[in-house]
Amino acid sequence: MSGDLLTSLYVFMLAAFIGFEVIRRVSPLLHTPLMSLTNALDAIAVVGAIILAGEHKSTLATILGTVAIVAATSNVVGGFLITDRMLKMFKSSRPQKP
Amino acid sequence: MPSTNTVIEIIYLVAAALFILSLKWMSSPTTARHGVWAGEVGMLLAVGGTLLHHGIVDYRWIAIGLVLGTIIGVPLGMVHMTAVPQRTALSHAFGALCVTLVGTSEFCLRAPNVPRLMMAVLSMEVILGSLTFTGSLMAAGKLEEFLPQRPITYKGQNVVNLSVLAVAIGVAAYLVVHPERTGLFPVILGVPLLFGVLMIVPIGGADMPTVISLLNSYAGLSAAAMGFVLDSKLLIIAGALDGASGFILSVNMSKAMNRSFSNVLFGAFGQEQAAGVGMREARPVRSATPEEAAAILAAANKVVIVPGYGMAVAQAQHKVRELFDALTKRGVDVKFGIHPVAGRMPGHMNVLLAEADIPYDKLLDMEEINGEFPQTDVALVIGANDVTNPAARTDPSSPIFGMPILDVDKARTVMVIKRGMSAGFAGIDNPLFYLDKTLMLFGDAKGFVGDIVRELGGGHG
Repeated sequence: MSGDLLTSLYVFMLAAFIGFEVIRRVSPLLHTPLMSLTNALDAIAVVGAIILAGEHKSTLATILGTVAIVAATSNVVGGFLITDRMLKMFKSSRPQKP
Repeated sequence: MPSTNTVIEIIYLVAAALFILSLKWMSSPTTARHGVWAGEVGMLLAVGGTLLHHGIVDYRWIAIGLVLGTIIGVPLGMVHMTAVPQRTALSHAFGALCVTLVGTSEFCLRAPNVPRLMMAVLSMEVILGSLTFTGSLMAAGKLEEFLPQRPITYKGQNVVNLSVLAVAIGVAAYLVVHPERTGLFPVILGVPLLFGVLMIVPIGGADMPTVISLLNSYAGLSAAAMGFVLDSKLLIIAGALDGASGFILSVNMSKAMNRSFSNVLFGAFGQEQAAGVGMREARPVRSATPEEAAAILAAANKVVIVPGYGMAVAQAQHKVRELFDALTKRGVDVKFGIHPVAGRMPGHMNVLLAEADIPYDKLLDMEEINGEFPQTDVALVIGANDVTNPAARTDPSSPIFGMPILDVDKARTVMVIKRGMSAGFAGIDNPLFYLDKTLMLFGDAKGFVGDIVRELGGGHG
């Protein structure tokens, strides 16, 4: 358990550093789509909800898990949709490189 | 069935790599859409892989959840661009709801034999999740104007809020030591729900960019905590990326608002409200008509337009595009100068202007545009106020002294479209309006810009 936790902490730390380095480079131009994209990615929590609802360990867990799937899936679908819609609108006045 | 598990873990590993690539490609508008695709592929892989999980005995509820979620998600993805800030706040609430519900079920399934470390991360998950849930709902309500946008403050507010949070953390600490006291669990669920509401009560509209970023960060951290509970590396990575993103944006926004970092961490927004009120006096300003404004703009070589939340409220971005076209056609160099906290969320103005078909290479952020103001003939301010206030540079007694601003006062002529002489969010007067080079254009942003376009003879109807 504590060994696993330590590994998890390492993963968290490394991911946080990658996050800082990668996101620092995102232009302020795209901060709104960035937020909706990270929100959609964050909804990967749906994975935990799916297992919870599918394992059927108790009625409460199944119900809460199903509601959680609904909430997270709406973020996945809505988040990717609106991010793509926003990014489609960003056009350059210069001709695009192929 | 260890082999299935290995396959699932490898799928998760690929998904995690795709998520990182997805954010990396967001660094430039030319590759950003690849980022969305990478994210989508990663998500599909991860969900597909999870369905292989051998512990799943019943797919009915999963199917119902996925279908219902899609039915709700599609309209949320199709909202109008002006509604993006409240949509974003709402999606933070949904993400936090998912995390909180999963955390609650995990506790109920494991109680009363919860190991201490597990209880600690579980408490963090539930506390962060539930305060983000109600906090984001409140923020969405304020942005949608179901709730009053005006900040509601009272004496000792921070003390009350922090004590409420302290109760939740204290009970969580007690639960870590005595996990068998399961009856206390509702406290670490319910008290943060209350804290989320209290946290947003003192928030005004102009603080929203910071608050949305902060809630974004909390939502990410709560998901990462859920990853610790479920021992899911993918979830930890996604949560850490989201948490880092929200954190960077919060720090950016707080710098742009001249708020210290601890100020952000403790959510102590909304103070300084009444500062400076009453020291206003009637001073003469120069105003101009649309005809005069059009003549000045037409004679300019270089124009910088500074949009603010007022442009979004008036829905003036399409008229602004017509003005952009009309001036560009006459050979005027038109650029946009965008302050980090213009609007209601980070990057809000860019999205609205991009929606109105203004090329993104004309949208410059504060650092890029500030060097250009001295060579600018006309700076046209549309619905912005505090972010152009030169007192932030020159007057140490001003509440916004030190706040980075757009140096519009360095342009040869400044034109400000404004409904009246009311003060901005910070409640302070703007010396910019009284400069000899400043012309006040009183009226509705959309109507006034439309009138200028008509004078220039370049409107599209």
